[in-house]
Parts: sequence; C-alpha cells; structure tokens
Amino acid sequence: MHLSDSDLSAIWLTLKLATLVTLILLVVATPIALWLSRSQSRFTGVVSAVVALPLVLPPSVLGFYLLIAMGPNGPLGQFTQSLGLGTLPFTFTGLVVASVIYSLPFVVQPIQNALTALGKRPGEVAATLGAGPIDSFFHVTLPLAKPGFLTAAVLGFTHTVGEFGVVLMIGGNIPDQTRVISVQIYDHVEALNYGQAHTLSGLMVAFAFIVLLALYGLRRRNKQGGGSWL
Amino acid sequence: MGKKETLIKKVSVAVRHPLSAGKRLTKRLLKKPGRAAVVLFSLCTGLSLSHAGIAAEALVAVASNFTAPAKDLAAMFEKDTGHKITLSFGSSGKMLAQIVNGAPYDVFMSADQAKPEKLEHDGLAVKGTRFTYALGTLALWTADSGSSAEAILRNDQYQHIAIANPRLAPYGVAAEQVLEHLDLTGSSQPRRVMGENITQTWQFIASGNAEIGFVALSQVMKDGSITSGNAWIIPPEYYQPVKQDAVLLKRAVQNDAATAWLAYLQSENAAVILQRYGYGNFPVTP
Repeated sequence: MHLSDSDLSAIWLTLKLATLVTLILLVVATPIALWLSRSQSRFTGVVSAVVALPLVLPPSVLGFYLLIAMGPNGPLGQFTQSLGLGTLPFTFTGLVVASVIYSLPFVVQPIQNALTALGKRPGEVAATLGAGPIDSFFHVTLPLAKPGFLTAAVLGFTHTVGEFGVVLMIGGNIPDQTRVISVQIYDHVEALNYGQAHTLSGLMVAFAFIVLLALYGLRRRNKQGGGSWL
Repeated sequence: MGKKETLIKKVSVAVRHPLSAGKRLTKRLLKKPGRAAVVLFSLCTGLSLSHAGIAAEALVAVASNFTAPAKDLAAMFEKDTGHKITLSFGSSGKMLAQIVNGAPYDVFMSADQAKPEKLEHDGLAVKGTRFTYALGTLALWTADSGSSAEAILRNDQYQHIAIANPRLAPYGVAAEQVLEHLDLTGSSQPRRVMGENITQTWQFIASGNAEIGFVALSQVMKDGSITSGNAWIIPPEYYQPVKQDAVLLKRAVQNDAATAWLAYLQSENAAVILQRYGYGNFPVTP
C-alpha cells in the first residue's frame, strides 16, 4: 500500500474538516432540536422542512448555489466582504460553512428524536427539585439523551468525511485547503490512476465501517442493559 | 374489400398496441389460417424494412468542451442524412472508463489524443478511424466586460486564477504552458484554483469567484465573437496545440450512422461550425 504526500494531506484535511464541522454542528443543532421537540409553535413544520432540505437536494446543486451565493455578487459573499473577510469559496472556512449546512439534518434529527422520546417529564421533575433550566439541561436532559447525541455526532462526522459534490463545486481543488479525500479519489479515477484510487477508497470504507460498527455495537450493548456507557 | 380494410386497420392497431388488440386479433386469425400467414408476412417485411434501413442511429460520447458545436452539428447532420445521433456529454476520463466497462457508445470524441489512442491500442476502437476533429484554442477570460483579462493577469490584479486541473484536462496542461511562457508560474501558484474540467473552470469565473481564468475559446465565443466578459485569445505559440481526436468504437463497425457522422465531422459544413465556435488556429476578431 502506497500513499503519496498529497494523499496524506487530503486525509489529514478531511479529518480536520469533519472534526471541526461536528463540533460546530453539535452546538448549532442542539438548540434547534430542543426547540423543535418542545415548541408548540406552528412554525416547527417550516423549520423542520428547511433543516431537512439538504437531504433532498443533490449535493452538486447545493454546491452550485452556494458558489453563487458565497461569490462576490451573492448575498452571502457581499455580507462576508462587508465584514472584511473576503469571499468564502476556495477557502477552508468556506468548506466548513458549506459542510455545516450540508450535514445539519444528520445532526439535528437524531438529537430531536432523542429529546422527543425523553419527553418533558424529566425536566419538569428537575424544576420541582429547584434546578434552573440550564442546570436541568446539562445535568438531566443531556445525560439521558446521550445516545441521540452520540448518533448525531457520528453521523455528522461520517457524512462530512463522505462529502463530495459540495466540495467539488466550491473547493477549487487546492492542496491543504480544499482538496479532501473524496476529491482526491475522484482525481485519481479521472486521471486513470485506479491503483491509488483503490487504496484511498479501501481506507475510507474500512474507516467508515469501523466507526459505524462501534456505534451500533455500543447501541446494542446499551439496549441489552449493559448499563451506562461513555 | 371492406373486410380487408378493417383487417389492415386492426393489424396496425395491434402493432401499435400489441397487448390490448393482440388477443382479439389472434382469435380472428386462428379461425382463418390462410389470412394469418399473410398478416405475419406483412408484419415481418414491415419490421425488416425499418431495420435494414436507410436511417440508422448512433450514440456519441462527446467531451464537454465540445458541447455547443456538437449540438449544432448533430442537428445539421440529422437534417442532411436522415440518420439519428444521440449525444452524451462528460469528461473524457469518465467516458473512457465507461467505454472500457462496456458503455454502449458508437463514437468517442475525446478532449485529447491519448484516450482514443489508448482505446485503439486496447482493441476497443476500430484501427485507422482515429483523426483530429478539432484544434482547441485557449483563452484567458474574465466575466467583467469592463476590464481586460490580459491586463489583469499581466498587472497582477487578481486574487484567484482558475485553470482546469492539468492532471485531468488538456486545456489545463495548455494553461500551465502559457503561465510558464509568461514566467508567471510561481506568482500565480498560490492563487490558483482548479476546476475538474473546463466547464467547472468557466463556472468559477462566470460566478465572479475567480477574476480570471483559462477556458476553451469555444465556451465564450459564438458566431465568431465573444459572448460576454472579456477574453484574451492566447497566441498559439505560447502552448502546444490542444488536439482533440475522435474514433469509431468496435461495436459500431457496421453502424452507418456512426461512420457517416465521422465523415461529416471532416466536412466543409463542420469546418464552418468549428470556426464559429473558435476552434482551429485562424485569426479571430474579439
């Protein structure tokens, strides 16, 4: 098995991107999921639909419109320029922003399901015992909904690792900046270097399989009453 | 007489709607075996006529830089010959992989010479049918019509310069040669963004994300003039010519439409269309 320097740099970049995106998503998705699972507002339907949109849109279509929106003439691009940040396409930051949008439903939905299944009762009980809302969230809700958060983190991470269409559209294939594993594999295939493509793809499959196996293994143990985990 | 006419009508209905009309017709024909033979005969001759036919069909794989002229050419070709051409667009690399794995293409029109050569060598294309159907011209293009693409490059007034990935696209290789020739390789390197093909490269520039970039002249030219923005047509001595080859694929040895299409690509009619889209080395007024 032979990995070139550019292969290694693509692997490192992908792991960095996925880690950062997962962390941001956990912070962003939790309040959305909490609101969706608790609110009686009639706007929950609209928000749920917007959150789920990236599931339906083809990634390259999403990427194309992000390229336009983030470009110098797009609304997002004009906003970032007015802040003195320049434009986002062809930058690592741009990939992070795009990936957060792209992987949002994969993180919101498991957390939302876990919170809905939990119901309001634990929070209410905590309140009668004198816990404030923040205290109750971190010491009651969060520990009880932990499996949902773990699933969300794993799905958000793996989905970002596997992202291709969006990155291809807004990345510009820059080494150490935007050339992630999936783009590198695509390049190898297009350049007819099938051997290198096989190596990288094999690594990716093995990695994803191990991560998912660990997730579902933990879940199974938990269901069988193996006690608390993590 | 009247009976005969109704029978013919029913046969034609049966041909068009075999499932619905078929049952009734079979019942009738079974009663009169002599007539059945006549009907069967006429059905067979009808079918064979359309097969041995004057008009044939071909599926052509076309490199994406040649999309616009290929569409024009196909429309003219169909009108002139009666054959039917179906075009499929994509990157040459992907199409090569598809052909090797049994894609049903009859003709391959690549963006380079190497891939058709490889197919010929591997016995997947018919030997001796390969020829250069177009000579690609490179242009430096900006979407902003108020400025000069050449000045932006020479005066270093850009944050991003888009080129097609040289590993994948011959236009990318040519772009690198131009930068090398102008001694700008080093200074442009950190600001270089790469499209996976020439279409995506165009997109980066058209959306304003890259101020300038190297595209195929055919992408920004129609009827002999630049359609939008500003283009600098790169002098041919700055880069190796981008020769695009076409080849007849093995499965189409007997396909009249495919061979006629290859001949058509070398005709006067084709040369006129190619010029309009900026292919070939000839003086063009920007």
